[in-house]
Amino acid sequence: MTMETVLSVKPFLAVLVSLVVIPFIVVSRNQNLRESWTFIAGTIKFLLVLSMLPLVLKGKVIEYTVVQIFPDLGIAFRVDAFGMLFALVASSLWIVTSIYSLGYMRSLDEHSQTRYYSFFAVALSATIGVAFSANLLTLYLFYEMLSLATYPLVTHHQDRSARTSGRKYLFYILGGSIGLALPAMLITYHFTGTLDFAAHGVMAGHINSGLALVLSLMFLFGFAKVGIMPMHSWLPAAMVAPTPVSALLHAVAVVKVGAFSVVRVFTGIVGVDTLATFHINGIICAIASITVVVASLIALSQDELKRRLAFSTIGQLSYIVLGIGLLSASGMTGGMLHIAMHAFGKITLFFCAGAIFCATGIKNISQMKGIGRQMPITMTAFLIGSLSVVGLPPGGGFISKWYLVMGTIESGQMLLLLVLLGSSFLNAAYFFPVFYNAFFLSDPEMTFENRVEEAPIWCVVPLTITAGISMVLFFYPQPFLNLAKLAVQSINGG
Amino acid sequence: MVNTLPALVIIVPLLAALMVAAAGFIDKRACFPVAVAALSVSFLGAAALLVQVVNTGLAIEYRFAGWAAPMGIVYVIDHLSALVLVVITAVSLVNLVSSKQTIHREFADKEGAFISLYVLFTAGLIGMTATGDAFNLYVLLEIASLSGYALIGLGKARAPLATLNYLFLGTIGATFYLLGVGYLYIATGSLNMADLAAILPGMKDSGIVLFAFIIMLSGLFVKMALFPVHGWLPGAYSQSSSAAAGLIAPLTTKVTVYIMVRICLNLFSVDYTFHQLNVSDFLVWVAIATIVFGSLSALAQTDYKKMLTYIIIAEVGYMVGGFFLGNRMGMSGAILHIVNDAVMTLCLFMAAGIFLWKTGSEERGDLKGLFGSMPFTMAGFVLAGLSIIGVPPTCGFFSKWYLVSGGIAAGQYAFVAALLFSSLVNAVLFFRLFEISYFEPFIDHHHGSDDGGGHGGAGAVIQEAPMAMLVPFLFVSIMLLVLGIYSGRIVTNIIHFAIPAGVI
Repeated sequence: MTMETVLSVKPFLAVLVSLVVIPFIVVSRNQNLRESWTFIAGTIKFLLVLSMLPLVLKGKVIEYTVVQIFPDLGIAFRVDAFGMLFALVASSLWIVTSIYSLGYMRSLDEHSQTRYYSFFAVALSATIGVAFSANLLTLYLFYEMLSLATYPLVTHHQDRSARTSGRKYLFYILGGSIGLALPAMLITYHFTGTLDFAAHGVMAGHINSGLALVLSLMFLFGFAKVGIMPMHSWLPAAMVAPTPVSALLHAVAVVKVGAFSVVRVFTGIVGVDTLATFHINGIICAIASITVVVASLIALSQDELKRRLAFSTIGQLSYIVLGIGLLSASGMTGGMLHIAMHAFGKITLFFCAGAIFCATGIKNISQMKGIGRQMPITMTAFLIGSLSVVGLPPGGGFISKWYLVMGTIESGQMLLLLVLLGSSFLNAAYFFPVFYNAFFLSDPEMTFENRVEEAPIWCVVPLTITAGISMVLFFYPQPFLNLAKLAVQSINGG
Repeated sequence: MVNTLPALVIIVPLLAALMVAAAGFIDKRACFPVAVAALSVSFLGAAALLVQVVNTGLAIEYRFAGWAAPMGIVYVIDHLSALVLVVITAVSLVNLVSSKQTIHREFADKEGAFISLYVLFTAGLIGMTATGDAFNLYVLLEIASLSGYALIGLGKARAPLATLNYLFLGTIGATFYLLGVGYLYIATGSLNMADLAAILPGMKDSGIVLFAFIIMLSGLFVKMALFPVHGWLPGAYSQSSSAAAGLIAPLTTKVTVYIMVRICLNLFSVDYTFHQLNVSDFLVWVAIATIVFGSLSALAQTDYKKMLTYIIIAEVGYMVGGFFLGNRMGMSGAILHIVNDAVMTLCLFMAAGIFLWKTGSEERGDLKGLFGSMPFTMAGFVLAGLSIIGVPPTCGFFSKWYLVSGGIAAGQYAFVAALLFSSLVNAVLFFRLFEISYFEPFIDHHHGSDDGGGHGGAGAVIQEAPMAMLVPFLFVSIMLLVLGIYSGRIVTNIIHFAIPAGVI
């Protein structure tokens, strides 16, 4: 299937817009003016991405080359269905998160907010850059840019524990990308002579089975943002960051950039045919399954809410990898769709965790007894978010899990079906007690003696929005579902 | 019309060195402008030469006093030497411009002498690069070395001792080279490189030629501080003044690597170096040892300038290893790294100069709070650090791109592993410095922006370096990005032609 190509500078502009506003953010003397630059950039970015959606839905591809570094390889963008899916998620959630940042950072009177908003903008440029990359070099460039832009956000508090977490973060993320992904990329380039993402990958016919396996694993572990065990422990550590950072970056942008990169490389570089013929997909599924189960089990034992969410994220990311590893149309659709569905659900949960912290200063689940009666809106949103992440109606996560389950059946992988269902029970087991404690305890069991108010309005509105979208996506998954199906079509078609 | 640019590029700084020395006795204020003017002319000349060579694709030959080769001394400007000339003159010029205040502060009464030596050193390097005569190269090598010893000796209290150490080893290196030239002269009766290149293939089994090759190369290895003959470098560079270090550290090792490339490719020929002799594997292993040793030693330093000196040693390993991989990718990487590493090292030493100027110390612990007080300098420093680590799109990434690709193509996975190891160690080294300047001094409360505590909060007082230092520094750090973006074009349009066609 040959795709019609449209040349347009739009993808480049979508990447650039959040970089361009940084000087304005920095020089703004007034807080409100400063934050409005973020909103201006966020809105333009989202509209730019949105404006490319109709073309992409028609099956067209939008291309733009920024600079040709080598004769046959440069920094170039190519917007296809899968990239569009991710860009839509990231750019829309940036706006919501910015509203949330406004409430959270101001109510806690955080220091260095200018730096915070600046690096947030850089991180979003990098995320969209990854989504629209036309080749592995461009993807790697933006991947690294994101790693570095996130470091000052993770270590925002600048205390000793932030430093420790920052070290862990760099150790896994930079260590993985420089130590594994970079050599894998260069070895691939040496043997295949290209790094452009192709519908069927570029390895077929150039690389033997052993090397293909080694390279696939180097990519899988090297892109450590996807949090495949044992490269996962940076994620819980990174929870020292302010909650909006955890919400957008560690439930949406950073971790999903990891998942996106892995999926992109498996489909566009290694190629699904190569994965199948050399039986690499089985090994990938096994690794992902182990991560799914182990992460869910660890999540059960975490008392700090954000850490529980972090381990939940680790497990959920591996669903995406698992979906691709299934190689069946439904499995891949489910995996790609999960990028979107999980994002809206998980960001809601992080927003709730932050709202609770803002209102009460509490971080641990064991102290949240009866909190639902004090903060009903927040905790209702929490319920919706957790339904979506567990994969129950009316949460959008149900749709992606449905496709994943169908995928296991299509490929006849009953063991993986068990993993999916079993882990969903575990998901329920670590989320519902939180909700139960919040609402259904008898009066003497509750720890809240003083009446607590809901968090500031700027914290509550975003979490209502994302919870709402999570529900809407259950009834109308079309935009993301169609994109995922288109993406799978282009991989399987022809 | 005879093209006189090659002569101009060297003679202007050579004469300027004398003028500056003289001006030092009359009016010290004249020294600096004369030197800047001379180096600017030299830089423009070099740039014009590079453009000419790239456009015509032909080497430019200049005969001194009109004497024809092989009797007279000729200067040959081809793709490779033109590129290196631009690097030398640019680095020297930028560093001098940014060092005006440090020179004035550190050498109040010796300003004339220092600047004169500075320009003379540059002239020596220019000559070494441009000359097509093996013995003339030795003469210029000694001009550069002697002025280099003096420049370093003018440094801190312990500098004279470090210089003595450097002088001993440097002289041994230079003498080895001279000995090699002598043997070649005995064997062939010629000193002209092109002439030698024509004669040598006929006597490739000669023991004298072999000995000349070995001893010349050994001399150069001492001069470029390849492990295990690196001992002079850390002391000499870390004890020197900021202005001298910013000139010598980026250029000396790189120009020596250039001489090695020149001798191996154009004097002894690819065939002799890589096919006749079976030394390339051994030398790649020496390079690997250099990289590992340099990186590990850098980890052990608490003095950041000393840390940089060990990084330089590791980078020498990059270039030597890349070159002796023997394939086009590896050689391109090595030559590209001559350019990129010169700019990176310049950037780092300029940053070190600014830190020393502001804090008065070279201990890494004294970098604390700098992100708050000098955000622009630190931004440039972060860029330089990322380039040394090898993060795209900085130029350091693209050097590594070629070097690693060369290693893969040659099947030298140990070299690939060493490069990646060094990248990771560099990440540790630089993030350790970033951490100190970003986190420390620790504050107990992180809410509110009352005093900022040097944390870049609203209360932090910005005390940047003087503009005269900051602007050139930021220019160089942005060049790291520009060079990165243009890496591919530098390789295809310039370096490609510097490597003989036989190499694939």
